[in-house]
Amino acid sequence: MIDSFWQALTFTAGYNTTLVTLGSAMLGASAGMIGSFIVLRKRSLVSDAVSHATLPGLVLAFIILALLTGDGRWLPGLLIGAAASAAIGLWGVQAISSRTRLGEDAAIGAVLSTLFGLGVVLITVVQALNVKGQSGIDSYLVGATAGMLASEAQLIGISALVVLIVVFMFRRQFLLVCFDRQYAYTRGINADHIDMMMLLLLLTVTVIGLKVTGLILIVALTIIPPVTGRFWTDRPSRLIAIAALCGALSGYIGAAASSSASGLPTGPLIVLTAFLLFSIGLLFSPRRGMVAMLLAQHRFRRRVHLRQGLLSLARDEAIYDDLTLKVLRRHGYIRRDGVATPPGRVAARDAEHEEHLWSLYRQLYPDEAAQLDHQGLDPIEESLPPDMVSSLENRLPSPARSAR
Amino acid sequence: MSSDFLILSLAPLLVAIISSMSCALLGNFLVLRRQSLIGDAISHVALPGIVASFLITGTLAASAMMIGAGVAAIVTLVLIEAIKRLGRVESSAAMGVAFTAIFALGVLMLEMSDASGVHIDVQHALYGNLESLIWFEGLDWTALFDPAALAELPPQLPRVAWVGLLVAIFVVVAWRPLVIGSFDPAFAASVRAHPLLTDVTLVIMVAITAIAAFEAVGSILVIAMFICPAASARLMTDRLLPQIAWSQVFAFASAVLGYVLAGYGPGWFGHDVSLSAAGMIASVSGIILLFACLFGPRRHGAMARMAAD
Repeated sequence: MIDSFWQALTFTAGYNTTLVTLGSAMLGASAGMIGSFIVLRKRSLVSDAVSHATLPGLVLAFIILALLTGDGRWLPGLLIGAAASAAIGLWGVQAISSRTRLGEDAAIGAVLSTLFGLGVVLITVVQALNVKGQSGIDSYLVGATAGMLASEAQLIGISALVVLIVVFMFRRQFLLVCFDRQYAYTRGINADHIDMMMLLLLLTVTVIGLKVTGLILIVALTIIPPVTGRFWTDRPSRLIAIAALCGALSGYIGAAASSSASGLPTGPLIVLTAFLLFSIGLLFSPRRGMVAMLLAQHRFRRRVHLRQGLLSLARDEAIYDDLTLKVLRRHGYIRRDGVATPPGRVAARDAEHEEHLWSLYRQLYPDEAAQLDHQGLDPIEESLPPDMVSSLENRLPSPARSAR
Repeated sequence: MSSDFLILSLAPLLVAIISSMSCALLGNFLVLRRQSLIGDAISHVALPGIVASFLITGTLAASAMMIGAGVAAIVTLVLIEAIKRLGRVESSAAMGVAFTAIFALGVLMLEMSDASGVHIDVQHALYGNLESLIWFEGLDWTALFDPAALAELPPQLPRVAWVGLLVAIFVVVAWRPLVIGSFDPAFAASVRAHPLLTDVTLVIMVAITAIAAFEAVGSILVIAMFICPAASARLMTDRLLPQIAWSQVFAFASAVLGYVLAGYGPGWFGHDVSLSAAGMIASVSGIILLFACLFGPRRHGAMARMAAD
């Protein structure tokens, strides 16, 4: 199993598997890219409505194809049907949220559940018709790349590539509309058209992804990679690049993993790979990761304890807190029995002096002081300009100044 | 004919009506608070919860399944909150990350274990199996008054009935904080109506209702029933009590019409088959919403009316 996973990763597991793996990677990249704009527009769950809305069109196309040709499993025809009903769903969400008082959330939920319900009814019609290839329909729910034809994989890969190129070409307009519609308007860009274009590209990705991840999980490929990107950067252009990369990696690894053993569903594996990449960001991102946050909190706590401990030393107060004692001992400011060492006494005097300066600053300039982060903890020479520090020094009442 | 109805249709029809109406009751508050998609997220993660509980306990007992689904719902809500806070993304994206990942895990566990053999599968979880709720003792109308026969009713029926009662009691007891919190959270906090506590309780009630209904009617119907009747009702009136009344009427009508159309509709055209009742009920509720969007007297909202005047 490990062997065949490795073979699929290195494209040596045969022509079909290679095509499927590459196609999925391409799909992941384009989904991550267009998804970034949708997430930035705060409409991520629109793609959930779009993907569920594909079902009735898909099944209807299957019925028509089955009645005409005897076998309904012709991928391009099914995708056209899916796209048509997804477009109706998209229009429904737009119309309900713009022309009635209902919010977009209600519009999404209503369209998603009703059209999916209709699709389920049509599936029971298919079962009643008793035509060939019915079980093919189920593979569109959770995705199955096993037994995918080479032509189907090519179709998916090439369409995804086209979407990728179009998104790349229009990335500036898309970003402008995401962040500042007014400005886009003054630049002569029709924001409504650009919005519509983004949604149509989203629809295209959703439809071509149906066969790979299934219609319930394709939404994940358009949401998880952009959110992952958000952990690593604040710049939109990098966000899009990272999202595309994460999407491609998820598609690639997930499809390879699913080809390594029979009966492994592709969609869930791709989504779980994406979620794994997301979890790495959630835990280890230096900007917003949980580990980085915990470390920062830990460091901050020790700084507070060190400062309070030094102030207590300067005032000759007894220290009882274990953490404070530990931090002071670690810095060599006190001995094991709690008596201050010579460097400890110097540091304590400095800390007290600084505390006097800070409290004077807070007294004289309360508004400015309130705006500083961690005021009173950072060394005052680093936080305030030198002339301000020297003027504060001069204004200190004499006993505190002479202590220096 | 009458005994056919009692055996095959009475229990599923009642289950459909009761679950629809209790979902719609809570749905009013979800729609007002613009939190409709919480129901979507919770009903998607019920499947992973059920699969996990089956893999751990090895039984398909209702209690184990409900606990599994409940745990999955709680895990999802915590995950959504964590992603929102840590990743600083807006709630719909956080929701999309959490519920798709957990759903994917559920499908993977299902396909890799033997559980797919024992009558839980993805399709079942999505479509429900209303049609299988057969009352074998319902031979004729007198069975309705026979305690021994009534005890043989499918266990889903009393379950959704109890949950429906619980939902009704919750709405009556928590009426004031629910209403204030839906319209003005800041004011709710200032008059000590505990908006946070109300939010959490509402979400827990949504989870309980979704899970109880899920097994019988499937997750898609649960989502439809949380949103469609309440959304249609919102377009009919500006007042909350009439809105709730409308939502109950719509939910009842969708359940009955959908069930009848699915069960007997094809028969009218000479086909001896039946269609998915859950799917049909969802479709009917969507058609009702479509009409409400087109003709509902209050479809535009107060601001638009003021602008028109």
